[in-house]
Amino acid sequence: MNGLDQVFVWLGHWLASWFPVPAQPLVLAVLAMAGIITVFGTCFALTTIVERKTLGRMQNRYGPNRVGPCGLLQPIADAVKMLIKEDIVPFSADKTLHYLAPLVLTVPIWLAFAVLPFGRNMSAVDLNAGILFFFAIGSASELAVFMAGWSSQNKYSLVGAMRAIAQMISYEVPLVLSTVPVLMLAGSLSLNDIVAAQGTFTYGGLARWNAFTPWGLAGLLLFLIAATAESNRSPFDLPEGESEIIAGYLTEYSGFKYALFFLGEYLGLFAVTGLAVTLFLGGWHAPFQWLEWAPSWFWFGVKFGALIFLFIWVRATLPRLRLDQLLNFSWRFLVPLSLINLLVAAVWWRTGAWKFAAEAPARWLLCAALIALPFHWLGRALRGPLPPPRKYTYAE
Amino acid sequence: MNGAGIIKGMVETARNFAGSYYDPQRLTTVQYPEEKLPPVENARTIPFLVYDGDDAMAGLRCTACTICEKECPPQCIYIIKDTIKKADYVGKLQMQPKVFDIDISVCMSCGICAEVCPFDAIKMDQVFELSARDRFAALLLHKTQLAKPDDYFVKLHKTEASDINGRREENKRKTEAAAAAKAAAPKAPVAPGAAKEGLK
Repeated sequence: MNGLDQVFVWLGHWLASWFPVPAQPLVLAVLAMAGIITVFGTCFALTTIVERKTLGRMQNRYGPNRVGPCGLLQPIADAVKMLIKEDIVPFSADKTLHYLAPLVLTVPIWLAFAVLPFGRNMSAVDLNAGILFFFAIGSASELAVFMAGWSSQNKYSLVGAMRAIAQMISYEVPLVLSTVPVLMLAGSLSLNDIVAAQGTFTYGGLARWNAFTPWGLAGLLLFLIAATAESNRSPFDLPEGESEIIAGYLTEYSGFKYALFFLGEYLGLFAVTGLAVTLFLGGWHAPFQWLEWAPSWFWFGVKFGALIFLFIWVRATLPRLRLDQLLNFSWRFLVPLSLINLLVAAVWWRTGAWKFAAEAPARWLLCAALIALPFHWLGRALRGPLPPPRKYTYAE
Repeated sequence: MNGAGIIKGMVETARNFAGSYYDPQRLTTVQYPEEKLPPVENARTIPFLVYDGDDAMAGLRCTACTICEKECPPQCIYIIKDTIKKADYVGKLQMQPKVFDIDISVCMSCGICAEVCPFDAIKMDQVFELSARDRFAALLLHKTQLAKPDDYFVKLHKTEASDINGRREENKRKTEAAAAAKAAAPKAPVAPGAAKEGLK
């Protein structure tokens, strides 16, 4: 069973065995990073074409289908175009910051991948505070975004950067708070421990993923909403809302620097998606016991792909929010709801000791009600009273 | 229920996504260079000159009256009258153009030339792939390039063409009948205006 499962681990150790023993940990780390860069770099190229084609299909049109068979070579054409474009730096720009911003955005995001477990024994670094490291590294992107907006000396860039900062800081709070129940119940900050905690099976071989509990499901949804906002994706793409502020902090970027920003944005999305899989969807574990024969990295990839598709689907559906709606949504809805979710997780943990007939459904219903009712009330409060039906003065 | 609208929207986009693989209603793109929509009867791009019969230059309906040249808002028509007259479809001698040029880079596709032409000689075409490497000579069309047969006109504008051709048939028949009547009874009084009407 473990032949295919551990193939990458064995490959890494075999390659490392050619080096002297003291150098082997370093070689293993470099190999892991090379693997991550290769896989997720390819993922980035694939996602751009898949996203454009899916968006097209969802909007009743073909996506790009001119370059190569079914348009599959489009990412290569895009890359060539990006590389040969002129790299323009505005005359009044702060040259150093303008140059550094794309790097400051991209490099930390690569580091964030280091702690994600992509399969059994397949995390580059097993930090005992992995999730802390992830969020600490992830918040560096705010700095990069503001560097880009400030150094461009352009009002659109600055407005975009200000919006991005307001949005990222507001959504960092529910993003982190929604992961806290997972940490509480797993009793560890290490992502490998969190995956291991979800690795057992219950009724009929169904996995004990966190997403199958009321607080886990709510946490997953909160996390996904906050992650969408964190990675500046539609419907939270105000920082680069092209109908309002051209391209936000990307306005003065062209050529390869722009491509780096684009890469950074997608890598950020991949990183939080990987984290969502790890925290709520059981990491690399199969959904059913009888599916355990498939390699662990395959299950990680399937869940990862499904969540990416969900992000694309949401992007194809929802229109952009207004800035006040965006901030209200975070502070008046997501933050209280994720705090309540903490309480629900605590109730779930306490009621784990229940011993009577039908205790499992009763526990589930109680916790679901505890999160569903605040969801309803907070939503009502956020929306306010319904406006009166619209009266058309001139139209029929 | 909070979020019901979002779910409704997501269901719609999901139906679009799945439907795009089997339902043409959910994938409405026409892939232009490979596929083309059938032309619409009232569509118009640039004018063309109608001719009858097989010989384009001999059958040209245009009588070089220059009404279109004068009416053309952007002044893209250029006509020089020929000194030699030729017989039209009812046998009457008419002027003909020696030069009839249209600068299609200037033409604004208004169709006024086709509306004002009393001889139904200039009509609107539906060609649209007109780009050329040379933006001067290649976009100045001469009468040999502009001349298209009557069948082509019938194909493009079926309704209008059947009206016009019906009227022309009628005129031709009347003229022939008048001529036959004249030949049969040269001394019989001819109704005033009958011949004139036939030649209209």
